[in-house]
Amino acid sequence: MAYPINISDYGIGLGLRIPHIGHILEKKPVVGWFEIISENYMVGGGRPLEVLDRILEQYKVVQHGVSMYLGSAEPLNREHLKRLKELVRRTKTPWVTDHLCWGSVDGRYTHDLLPMPYTFEAAKLTAKKIRQAQDFLEVPLAVENVSSYAEFHISEMTEWEFLNEVVERADCGILLDVNNIYVSSRNHNFDPYDYLNGVPAERVAQIHLAGHSKFEKYILDTHDHPVIGPVWKLYARAIERCGPTPTLLEWDDRIPSFDEVHREALKAERYLPVPNEKAVEVVR
Amino acid sequence: MNLLETQRSMAAALMVPLSRNARVARKTADGRSMAAEAARIIKPNDRLSSLDRLEIYSRSYWFRLLDSFTEDFPGLRAIVGEKAFDRLAIAYLRERQSRSFTLRDLGSQLIEWLEQNPAFVRSQPGLALDMACLEWAHIVAFDGPQDALVDPEHLLEPGHSLRVGVQPYITLLELQYPVDELRVAIRSNDEGSATASNTASHRKRRTIQKVGRASKEQIFVAVHRVDSSVYYRRLEPEEFRLLEALRAGRPILQAIQEAFGESTRTAGEIPGLLESWFGAWAQFGWLTVFQKNRKGSKSK
Repeated sequence: MAYPINISDYGIGLGLRIPHIGHILEKKPVVGWFEIISENYMVGGGRPLEVLDRILEQYKVVQHGVSMYLGSAEPLNREHLKRLKELVRRTKTPWVTDHLCWGSVDGRYTHDLLPMPYTFEAAKLTAKKIRQAQDFLEVPLAVENVSSYAEFHISEMTEWEFLNEVVERADCGILLDVNNIYVSSRNHNFDPYDYLNGVPAERVAQIHLAGHSKFEKYILDTHDHPVIGPVWKLYARAIERCGPTPTLLEWDDRIPSFDEVHREALKAERYLPVPNEKAVEVVR
Repeated sequence: MNLLETQRSMAAALMVPLSRNARVARKTADGRSMAAEAARIIKPNDRLSSLDRLEIYSRSYWFRLLDSFTEDFPGLRAIVGEKAFDRLAIAYLRERQSRSFTLRDLGSQLIEWLEQNPAFVRSQPGLALDMACLEWAHIVAFDGPQDALVDPEHLLEPGHSLRVGVQPYITLLELQYPVDELRVAIRSNDEGSATASNTASHRKRRTIQKVGRASKEQIFVAVHRVDSSVYYRRLEPEEFRLLEALRAGRPILQAIQEAFGESTRTAGEIPGLLESWFGAWAQFGWLTVFQKNRKGSKSK
């Protein structure tokens, strides 16, 4: 897997969210990069693309998708891929991410990130689809571990073993969401460090951080709170294993001011080593 | 059970509408026990049963879709009322499951569905249908594609065969109620809101005041955009017909003849009207290079 990405250029990023766009365009804050939800910009024209073009004049952008459904048993949606590629050309994103999940079946879409049954059949099929998508898009693809609230009877391995199986077969990257590891570990009673230590560090292309909501019997990945201490500790361990890695804070609901979100994201700097000038061109 | 069977079973289970108190349905679509169906697919843990775990996903599915649909059709919701709108939305989303990767297309079949299911808008069916048309047109105008503009020089001396197109993001509507004014009064958030979180734990409901009875008034409207903002522009009947004829691919001169075919306008009025309309269309960037198979937004 060649990742000719100059990751020293991609430190800490923020998710581009609508309530912040006016502030960003007006104040032009210094931000390493913005992550966009690809689907919000896979449109014909109008305001979304106008705003995106203005952001692209000032900032680096990385695309993050929510509906490629690489784990769905059905084939990839060609129309989706075509539009995604158009957007890739527009943003010049150095890599593209989406989730290791399913969400559609027989052409019907749930618009959710549903957990995979961790089977060899699913790993093989998902890896095949990732390869197809990567070949078509002509940019490296990294898949994100989702938070989950259900496990299937047919599963044959742990989630991290499944992740390994998929990325090795697909020869793709990982978008490691440490908050999702924490959420799933609490919902499924496993040690999050077993997960983290089981991930192939050399394939981690990006890291996600976020807040979540705790309910009586489970935790929901709501992206509406600051990052909690145990998740920061997981992040520290991830950086220890993976080295400096582009990191992004997601905040999608009850969104506070841009400055507050930015401050929360910059806390990640505490865990990142001082950049080594020699490590400019990193091939991962 | 293989991957496809698991995904079919899980999707079918979570797509069954929630109970009245927003809990997972007790029966599957074909009448079997949902608890047994959940137990067949999903493992329980020490805190949650299989059904509890399925419920998290079923609630997330319905909350997300209902929120998105509600955000897209605030005018329709104000016309039929909150409770009736929820019933309509659930029935529509159950019958017309999403076939698009984007929530933006969720309401794309609503007009056709409402025409087939008038009982859901029985208090004011005409007004509700007109509003649904306007609100879908609003979505199209917000982010629909834009074609290359026609060279204005070509319009100065149109030959008999010159054709021009109309921007595909524009929808031309012939309506029986002044829903444009009503929708502006209701105003809602126009922006898309897809996020990367995979849970919708609650519904983001905004209360809305139900509108009273509206009087009939035939109007012609173009739903378009200027500087990325959506506008409703009232059209003269002849202006509407002319734009429709141009979009249908008629040469300009033939389109003008058709537009004024049944008009009561005098011959002396027509040149001034045409000059004014073409001037406004050019200013708004409505006229495009004609593309034979270009699908424009369907007129009503």
